[in-house]
Amino acid sequence: MSEISNKWIGTSTIRPDGADKVTGKAAYAADTNMPGMIWGKVLRSPHPHAIIRSIDTSKAEALPGVKAVVTAKDIVDFSVHTPVPLGIQDMRWMCRNVMAREKALFHGHPVAAVAATSGAIAEEACKLIEVDYEVLPWAIEIDDAIADDAPILHDFIEFEGKPSNIAGTLEHTLGDIDAGFDEADVIVERSFDTKPVHQGYIEPHACLVNVTPDDKMTVWSSSQGQFMVRAMTAFLTGIPQSDIRAIPAEIGGGFGGKTIIYLEPVAAMLSKKSGRPVKMVMSREEVMRATGPTSGAKSMVKIGAKKDGTIVAAQAVHYLQAGAFPGAPIRGACGCCFAPYDIPNVHSFGYDVVSNRSKVAAYRAPGSPIGAYAVESVLDEVAEEIGIDPLELRLKNAAKQGTKAAHGPVYPVMGYAETVKAALAHEHYKAPLGKFQGRGVASGYWFNAGGESSAQVNITEDGNVVVTTGHPDIGGSRASIANITAELLGIDYRRVSVLIGDTATIGYSNLTGGSRVLFASAMVVTQSTEQVIERLRGLAAKIWGIEAEAVTWSDGAARPAGENAGKFEPLTLKELAARSNETGGPIGAGVQLNTAGAEGGFATHVCDVEVDVDLGIVRVIRYTSFQDVGKAVHPAYVEGQMQGGAVQGIGWALNEEYIYNKDGKVDNPGFLDYRMPVCSDVPMLDNVIIEVPNPKHPQGVRGVGEVPLVPPLAAIRNAVYNALGIRFYSLPMSPPKVLEKLDATKMAAE
Amino acid sequence: MAKMHITTTINGEPTEFLCEPYETMLDVLRDNLGMTGSKEGCGSGDCGACSVTLDDRLVCSCLMLAAEAEGHEIRTIEGMSEGEALHPLQQKFLETAALQCGICTPGVLVAADALLKKNPNPSETEVRYWLAGNLCRCTGYDKIVRAVLETAADLRGAAE
Repeated sequence: MSEISNKWIGTSTIRPDGADKVTGKAAYAADTNMPGMIWGKVLRSPHPHAIIRSIDTSKAEALPGVKAVVTAKDIVDFSVHTPVPLGIQDMRWMCRNVMAREKALFHGHPVAAVAATSGAIAEEACKLIEVDYEVLPWAIEIDDAIADDAPILHDFIEFEGKPSNIAGTLEHTLGDIDAGFDEADVIVERSFDTKPVHQGYIEPHACLVNVTPDDKMTVWSSSQGQFMVRAMTAFLTGIPQSDIRAIPAEIGGGFGGKTIIYLEPVAAMLSKKSGRPVKMVMSREEVMRATGPTSGAKSMVKIGAKKDGTIVAAQAVHYLQAGAFPGAPIRGACGCCFAPYDIPNVHSFGYDVVSNRSKVAAYRAPGSPIGAYAVESVLDEVAEEIGIDPLELRLKNAAKQGTKAAHGPVYPVMGYAETVKAALAHEHYKAPLGKFQGRGVASGYWFNAGGESSAQVNITEDGNVVVTTGHPDIGGSRASIANITAELLGIDYRRVSVLIGDTATIGYSNLTGGSRVLFASAMVVTQSTEQVIERLRGLAAKIWGIEAEAVTWSDGAARPAGENAGKFEPLTLKELAARSNETGGPIGAGVQLNTAGAEGGFATHVCDVEVDVDLGIVRVIRYTSFQDVGKAVHPAYVEGQMQGGAVQGIGWALNEEYIYNKDGKVDNPGFLDYRMPVCSDVPMLDNVIIEVPNPKHPQGVRGVGEVPLVPPLAAIRNAVYNALGIRFYSLPMSPPKVLEKLDATKMAAE
Repeated sequence: MAKMHITTTINGEPTEFLCEPYETMLDVLRDNLGMTGSKEGCGSGDCGACSVTLDDRLVCSCLMLAAEAEGHEIRTIEGMSEGEALHPLQQKFLETAALQCGICTPGVLVAADALLKKNPNPSETEVRYWLAGNLCRCTGYDKIVRAVLETAADLRGAAE
């Protein structure tokens, strides 16, 4: 079509929201206030499992300064017997998770909430609420929850004909698994476990909600989806979506953990009852006890291969903790774990296990890192048994265009093999290693997602551009949208302002998750911008008195083409905008789509570690990520996703875990004892961006945000083996566990 | 108990406020003075999102009682840029994509500024250990460390 001189796609422009963020002016949810605002606090269950016999709030209500008290009876009740799905959530569980109803199901489960003129008074009032509990036996770990005599969390959930904590299963089958193993020369079968880890966003959940006497609600909150907030709050308060305006504050990290709500409906009911705006902000301890994390798991993986390295059969069983309500990410574990490979006979099976922990939330490629940890670890052992390089083993079995995956799709054009080839060719893979140093590799897959997206592109009267989309920006998506819009229009990217609309100012847009945002919003922004350009060509044609088909758009201006070429001076965007009133009025276009064609993402990671054999500390000393991103619209923020995911993986592999005490309570609900990687724990992180464009997307985009967390767990685990000759089958590989293994082999004493 | 009357200096401006004896500097900055650039990520001094300087010393404002500001000088993220001009660290963070969600960014910038005032030529290791009190969950720290090292080099070049 048109020739464009302003090339922004593929350049690392300055993000539109950057200046506000480096000066402290960006408004996150906890930064918002309203006149007359009061503060809400939550009373939480001190027991991991208890029947709530009664709640007496009278003393709390009598405390001066208290304006409202809310319990489960103020939240809309959904029968446990009728599913009410919304995205990956179910309102049956949500209404009980935001406020315990029949039973408290984990330590920290909300039981009541108070709004008062100060946070201190609200906290004092919470202590005056009298709850009569009948404490029940509890189950925290998977083995306890699936034991024959396990305490049952939900008596209406049955498995194999009797009440059970197994809330669901998922199975993928391809070929004939038994026949496949019969063909194998080498079979490796191993068991693994991982601990729950928290998404670890630095911004705790927060919201400010105002409900007027005629039940019109405004919600300012930190979430991965203002439309998700609106829909769930509507379900749980009974106020229709059309009367709820959900405004997305800047979000201080989510990683999946803010695709769900905790506070908004509670604050809404407190505001409705008190007639005052109510602000609620979680403490870090509340975040750790009652939000997220992702599942802990146990996995059994069996892989069979021929002597030449051809994998002929692969089997996995994954048990994933769901926390207090059904919904563990078994789809990610079972669907992704063998997805990088072309294997004729596959069987993967997942169990969704409830126990007395906080309800899990999505965490970056939910389930996939857990499945990949087990599978990629076994592949390392298969490679060793056969005597083949672990990357060569992966390359030999790499899925490619036309491969039928066990979870369903037949792959289109995709770049998995390219990631392995790039790793094999990279200097890092050949670099020498020292004593107690080792190298590991692993690959990973994430489905990626499309779904609903809306955009509006408006030309201002002075000839600049305002783009509004509907997805909270957590990784720099506004910068990428500015690049795309500016390039399509052929103008400087600084002339494009990109905003995230609220639920009243932009059409429905699915939440920020599944690595879908740039894929989906670029589609609707591209189509909107193309409509704007068509309109601009029409305006120029009208001014010139020629056919619109005889006008092209390039380098920010309409130009006469064909036999009219050169007859008229080009009309720039500014000139056309200034004359829009005489040629038909405002210039703008909006597009709303249910986008499709988001193809999967693949990555391969190479990791070097050094082990301090006296202290048991595993230190990552070099790390290189290779990822097929389709097209890097903004390379620096693509790298940012790759680097951030790798370090979250380093934390998962080496230190992070929920530690429960004998009373069924989390013993490390803070950043001091829940040890996420700090700056001095990690090296510089190298990235190799591979671009195999997605043919179903106008810019070739594939999601990039989630797959970076999939390979690290096994890459690090395999590196530790390479360093020490010791195989670990349990995460995290924290100093006490490493020392225990080292002591067993007497290596420390050498 | 009556509120305390505190006289202090914040970002060079003489400032007075009333506070409860138990209130933290962070609470007063955010809730009384409307300076919400300092963030609360943990309230226990583990994340550094609330970093400010007290008489040029880097502190977590969530661990400091507001009353301790009496007679001292506080500097926050709001005082980092001068007029229209961003501080070189702020500008470098923008140019090198050293922020994603941005919640840790004010604290990281205040801490990095305090480092460069003490040590204009830090090694990568020195930057990493100095910033070990500032948690970032988005970036993996790579671009933050590079931005601080590059700013230090720029400032040394400008000083020569």
